[in-house]
Amino acid sequence: MQFGILVNEGPYNHQASDSAYLFARSAIEKGHKVPRIFFYHDGVNNSTRLGEPPQDDRNITTRWSKLAEEHGIDLVVCVAAALRRGVKDELLAPGFRISGLGQLVEMGIQYDRLVTFGD
Amino acid sequence: MSDMDEMDDGSGIVKKFMFLNRKAPHGTVYALEGLEVVLITAAFDQDVSMVFTDDGVYQLMKGIDTKGIEVKDFSKTYRALEGYDIEKLYVDQVSLDARGLTEDDLIVDVTVLSNDEMANLMAEQDVVISF
Repeated sequence: MQFGILVNEGPYNHQASDSAYLFARSAIEKGHKVPRIFFYHDGVNNSTRLGEPPQDDRNITTRWSKLAEEHGIDLVVCVAAALRRGVKDELLAPGFRISGLGQLVEMGIQYDRLVTFGD
Repeated sequence: MSDMDEMDDGSGIVKKFMFLNRKAPHGTVYALEGLEVVLITAAFDQDVSMVFTDDGVYQLMKGIDTKGIEVKDFSKTYRALEGYDIEKLYVDQVSLDARGLTEDDLIVDVTVLSNDEMANLMAEQDVVISF
């Protein structure tokens, strides 16, 4: 099955990013496909490479980049939500790109399931 | 609002998209940014329904005035939805009742549904996105 994933919350202050990551990883381990993950609302803050969490904590952004590289996942950050929050191309971690909401709608049209993580 | 030119993912597939609006219009950004997704989905010529439930019913309430909190009042957008061919607007009866509201308190024409009717409508959808 092809899963699209929508992440609507920022990293660390909300579990949505963690749950979305664990869901994506588990789906792939079970043989499903996760071609794209879309970041909206404060979820766009998952994408910046400027975060430096403490050594004994997980690094949510580098975890996304690694998963994307290993499995060819397209990590898309909404341009309007990103601009509103100061997230720019030059701040993106590897694997992320900025694009429009059409990329989210496409996931709904083309994939078998669209799963939302957020409040 | 964003560029509303006709869009197409090239597949010609039309799916039933339901947008579940559960939050008050102000206090968080979900309602405002959620509307953007609704409009883009309509621009992709998809079959769009909007549901207002829980505090989401306040999004459609008459007499919203945001001057005091100094944020953008986007309630006009709901009245413009018809222009984007978004005409399936549903409101949850239980949520209205719990807040002392009736259809007359809302700025647009809606269909009010019971819990069972809402559950059936949800079951018919291909994609449900919740804001």
